Amino acid sequence: MFNTTKPFFFFGNLILSEPKEEPETKKESKTRISRRQFVGGAVVAAAGVAAGAAVGSELFPRTAEVPAGVTTGVTTGVQVPPSTLKMNVNGKPYELIIGKDVKVYDTLAYTLRETLGLTGTKVACNEGACGVCTVLMNGKPIVSCTTLTADCEGASITTIEGLEDPNTMKLSPLQQAFVDNSAFQCGFCTPGIIMSSKALLDANPNPTEQDVGEALSGNFCRCISHYQVVKAVMAAAGKG
Amino acid sequence: MSTEYRYIGKPIPRKDAAEIVTGRAQFTDDIKFPNMLYAKILRSPYAHANITSIDTSKAEALPGVKAVLTYKNAPNWMTGTPAMFKTLDSKVRFVGDPVALVSAETEEIAVKALDLINVQYEVLPAVFDSTEAVKAGAPQLYADIPNNTLPRGMPLMGPKALQEIVRGDTEKGFTEADFIDEGTYAYENMPSPNPPETPACIALWENPNKLTVWLGSQGPFLTKMEALGMTGVTPPVNMHVINTHCGGSYGTKNTTGVHFYAPVLLAKAVPGRPVKLVYTKEEHIATFVLRLGFNFSAKVGMKKDGTLTAITGSALVNAGSWNSMSQGQIAVGCGEMQLMANTCENWNLQPSGVMTNRNAGGIVRGFGGQELKSAFIPLLMLTVAKAGLDPVEFFKKNFCKPGGGFFWRDGIWYVSRGQDYSNAMDEGARVFGWKDKWKGWLTPTSVNGTKVRGVGVGVHGNADVGEDSSEAWVTLYPLGNATLFAAVPEFGTAQRNSVAKMVAEILNLPFDNVDVAPCDTELVPYDFPVVGSRGTYACGSAACSAAQSAKTQLLELAATIMHAKPEDLDTMDGMIFAKAKPDVRIPWIAFMGMDSTITGKGRFDHDYTMPNFMMVYAEVEVDTETGKVDVIEFVVASDPGTTIDPIAVRMQLQGDLGSAGLDTAVFEETVLDRTAAVGRILNCNMIDYKWRPFNELPIFDQALLQTPLAHSHIFHAIGLGEIACAPGPCAALMAISNALGMRVYDYPMTPDKVLKALGKI
Repeated sequence: MFNTTKPFFFFGNLILSEPKEEPETKKESKTRISRRQFVGGAVVAAAGVAAGAAVGSELFPRTAEVPAGVTTGVTTGVQVPPSTLKMNVNGKPYELIIGKDVKVYDTLAYTLRETLGLTGTKVACNEGACGVCTVLMNGKPIVSCTTLTADCEGASITTIEGLEDPNTMKLSPLQQAFVDNSAFQCGFCTPGIIMSSKALLDANPNPTEQDVGEALSGNFCRCISHYQVVKAVMAAAGKG
Repeated sequence: MSTEYRYIGKPIPRKDAAEIVTGRAQFTDDIKFPNMLYAKILRSPYAHANITSIDTSKAEALPGVKAVLTYKNAPNWMTGTPAMFKTLDSKVRFVGDPVALVSAETEEIAVKALDLINVQYEVLPAVFDSTEAVKAGAPQLYADIPNNTLPRGMPLMGPKALQEIVRGDTEKGFTEADFIDEGTYAYENMPSPNPPETPACIALWENPNKLTVWLGSQGPFLTKMEALGMTGVTPPVNMHVINTHCGGSYGTKNTTGVHFYAPVLLAKAVPGRPVKLVYTKEEHIATFVLRLGFNFSAKVGMKKDGTLTAITGSALVNAGSWNSMSQGQIAVGCGEMQLMANTCENWNLQPSGVMTNRNAGGIVRGFGGQELKSAFIPLLMLTVAKAGLDPVEFFKKNFCKPGGGFFWRDGIWYVSRGQDYSNAMDEGARVFGWKDKWKGWLTPTSVNGTKVRGVGVGVHGNADVGEDSSEAWVTLYPLGNATLFAAVPEFGTAQRNSVAKMVAEILNLPFDNVDVAPCDTELVPYDFPVVGSRGTYACGSAACSAAQSAKTQLLELAATIMHAKPEDLDTMDGMIFAKAKPDVRIPWIAFMGMDSTITGKGRFDHDYTMPNFMMVYAEVEVDTETGKVDVIEFVVASDPGTTIDPIAVRMQLQGDLGSAGLDTAVFEETVLDRTAAVGRILNCNMIDYKWRPFNELPIFDQALLQTPLAHSHIFHAIGLGEIACAPGPCAALMAISNALGMRVYDYPMTPDKVLKALGKI
């Protein structure tokens, strides 16, 4: 249990060293849920604080191990074709080999950025709390940092790279409205904000300012570009 | 405005706008090299401990691990101010202090390796509060920093760097006072400015004398300057800094701390391979720099008319466990005190930087000014309230006016040649409706059942808008375009664009024909970083003089060929014409040929005579049943001279709410686990660390006068973005006090504190 003279908390991905009497104990082989495997990151973080520090080490282990029983695409004995995952990103079909292109614990944000090279999607909190990594999945805004790529089989994903015209590089009306209204400062949270805004306008082409505020309430912006963002989204409303 | 400009004062989309809205803008973590290694840091779980043993052998044996560094094998480089902080030490001084650095072929392997490092600690008593840290018998963080009190002095600010205010005769001053009050006020939330992009850095040692670093800060040359303090990065080592797009800084990413030296040290261990370190958000909030803590005990004497007669006291500045700029923030803070309380001629103020077992207090927007004002203005208002004065009138009387003198950060006496801000204060009051809303001290503006409203006001200003030196080059090309070479990165302020606007204005070129070179120390000349609101005046002036020099050279060249006087010629859109015959236009190439360029060089040296200013008016509503405080409206007033870009300025003013500004009076703080001296930040994530969402925006308005400044900049402008947050918290706190009808002073006024103040819990 928690021992005040010898605390060992690992909070989130912050890695703290832990004094070990015996460097390798059975604790090491305990079933662990990897950070990336845990879809409900927000729930984890909330629970972590509510229950105190001691739970942190179980929820946020340092190694990304694959639990037993999960298909990894690595097969022994019988030759079977590797499992693949099909998804469509910005209108382009991808077939990814599970275990090679996609590990079972890869998040969609990781796959987009590291595997597909689509670095327009940014990652900040990596636990579904700040909306910076927002992309559209089948038209709905999702936080890609707590969505497993493995759960995207057959999905249609739209990222910030998918908004401009691929041939002419002409910006979408929404992007253009962000430019015209200088609706960003540092710009790191902008791709996520634009994707949330797109989801709103697709569902509701004529929102009120309050609708915009609610639709973007999960998007963090620290420079305070909020006022200009609301103007930009209102300006883009109804322009398709 | 009397002058009609082509670009100045008009909103023009940023040159990088398309990159931002398409996701093409490259931030540090977006950069990837095929042979890149990944870094991870093993951090201390204890606030204060000696490492008694550390065994890295298993980590080193893990396939894919390239380097494991601890205090035992890392180069013993010294960092900070003074340069006495070891990069890796056998002692850890806060929860999150680096214990070991690992680089590996993948991030996963690096993370796994950390698990294989066995560390034994001897836990030591820890101290978190500045007031405790200076007491006899308190745990000592550093053997050579007695009483945990930082030595005075800030080499960057000269041999006489202002470390105290001692002026006049305070005893006499108090005898002249009609009202005297004293107290201790503190601003010790130590909030995280928390830019969305976490600290990140890539380092590569191509050979023993060549270090290249990619990181997003507010200026690549500060990274170089700070690194000079590290023994490992001095000549013949040439450090090349490439400033990437910076995903928010608010000052913090100017601190050349662990996130910088960890990859630099790891890369040195594996020459030829770049090493990337990207903090997780938890690491960011839990271990990166925070706003300083400020604990202020002072006594104030004042006459009936608001003239201050004496100010004495001491301030303890909680600098945390590592220090680079606290003494600098004290120096600037001492100057800022005199700007705000400029009628006072008798001073004895003694601030001290104090080391505690907390995160390093870093450079943060306001550079100590917000912390200072948040503690001192409520204290000062005790006397103002006693005299029954309206705080706006008090600030108007006391804020430095043209002709007012003050010691600035370098310890030298300056006299203001800047603006009289009284008009801006009045305009702010008008826009906000202060006269209707202000009902007197500790009196609510309105009471509607359990909802009580109150108003408050805060002020801030500093003389750093012309701090330090800038250099810039402008090169003209024959086809009628130009490139600005200046170390002005983009980190959110649009300053890179604004400086380009100034160049385009002088050269009278289409804006798209003015390019800005990458912010890279091997491409652009020296500049101090874009800090302290110096971008407009200092960086801008250097760029303007470079553009003017280039233009002069061009017209002189044309004059020889056209047999005219240069002053009779002018240029527009890459063409030269005689002012008398503006219809006959000859392209630059006719004079320059295909194979030449013209480069103008510009330089700016510091000018501390132009204080800037900002005032925040705030209205809050407190629910006396739930204790929740809502910010209803805030109005920001200033008069920075000509506005270079109206939207950019407006967004800087709105920034009062962000980067741990006004909201630190309402809900923002880091919560420390104090049980058994654990000293860990409990809310180091984006759920528990509260931030302002889109659906809870207060009404914003501005009162932005544009009285052209007679001196200074060619376009009669100074900057103000850096000071935007500083007046916010004290304004909101005053508003909460007035709403509740009782003086509250515990930042942030969360519902529990409100209900406690009301005697409900």
